[in-house]
Amino acid sequence: MTVVQLDVDGPAAPPRSNGELVFAQPWESRAFGLAMALREAGTFEWEDFRTELVARIAAWESGHEPGECFSYYRCWLEALERVVVTRGLVADRAVGDRAGELAARPAGWDHGHDHADHDHVH
Amino acid sequence: MTRIPIELRTEALEQLLVERGLVDPKVMDAYIKMYEKDVGPLNGARVVAKAWTDPEYKARLLDDGTAAVAELGFKGPQGEHLVVVENTDEVHNVVVCTLCSCYPWPLLGLPPSWYKDPAYRARVVREPRTVLAEMGLEVPADRRIEVWDSSSEARFFVLPRRPEGTEDHTEEQLVALVARDTMVGVAEVRA
Repeated sequence: MTVVQLDVDGPAAPPRSNGELVFAQPWESRAFGLAMALREAGTFEWEDFRTELVARIAAWESGHEPGECFSYYRCWLEALERVVVTRGLVADRAVGDRAGELAARPAGWDHGHDHADHDHVH
Repeated sequence: MTRIPIELRTEALEQLLVERGLVDPKVMDAYIKMYEKDVGPLNGARVVAKAWTDPEYKARLLDDGTAAVAELGFKGPQGEHLVVVENTDEVHNVVVCTLCSCYPWPLLGLPPSWYKDPAYRARVVREPRTVLAEMGLEVPADRRIEVWDSSSEARFFVLPRRPEGTEDHTEEQLVALVARDTMVGVAEVRA
């Protein structure tokens, strides 16, 4: 892993030099980071992940809801799930179950700040 | 599966993997930051500028891309099997990954959204001249277009043509001219 020191504010500042953010939404960056961390830990061969990614992209292209926009990182996440489930690292239904639990969190669950600094009413 | 918002699915997977000790959030954060802030097209621009100013380096680059860019310190995930194709007055090269998104990360960072888009991936193979024109690049009619399909066996990188009027430029001045799209082959370098 090589980190090269770069001029991040100059005219050729990477990687935004062409006006595009690398990740459109935070979850995309988490999905990316998960794959990279698993790879670094030697959990899977990158080629195995890539094969699943190719399959997910092909599946989307051969059949999706009319008007549904292509989401590369959705395919990426689905491929990653497939890889970890296939290897028995996470049970098949575990991700959906956990996501359901997260969805059931009460509104404002992450709003646990100190109220002393402002006076809004909940 | 699709009814659960994707961000919650991602969060759930992260929680499960972290709880099992399979993923270290600090490693995740480091990779995210690295590809958001540090690894980007400037690396590729350095390679191009060096190839333009050092014929021996250029020969090594065309002979063994991975080894030549490693000389400049550029290596890492998706940097293996780098194949450099040179634009000339006779041929214009353009890169795609028809199956997914293979791309030389150490030189260009992560690919832009259009590179991953199904329309680009399908159409640039069938009608490259039209697609390039739509992207703002008119390739002269007498110049052949070669489309290179990147994969895990070969990740292609375009060495663009050095623009006229840059004969007196230093290597550092040249670096500033080379934008990402020129190294994928969907744009030309302008002086």
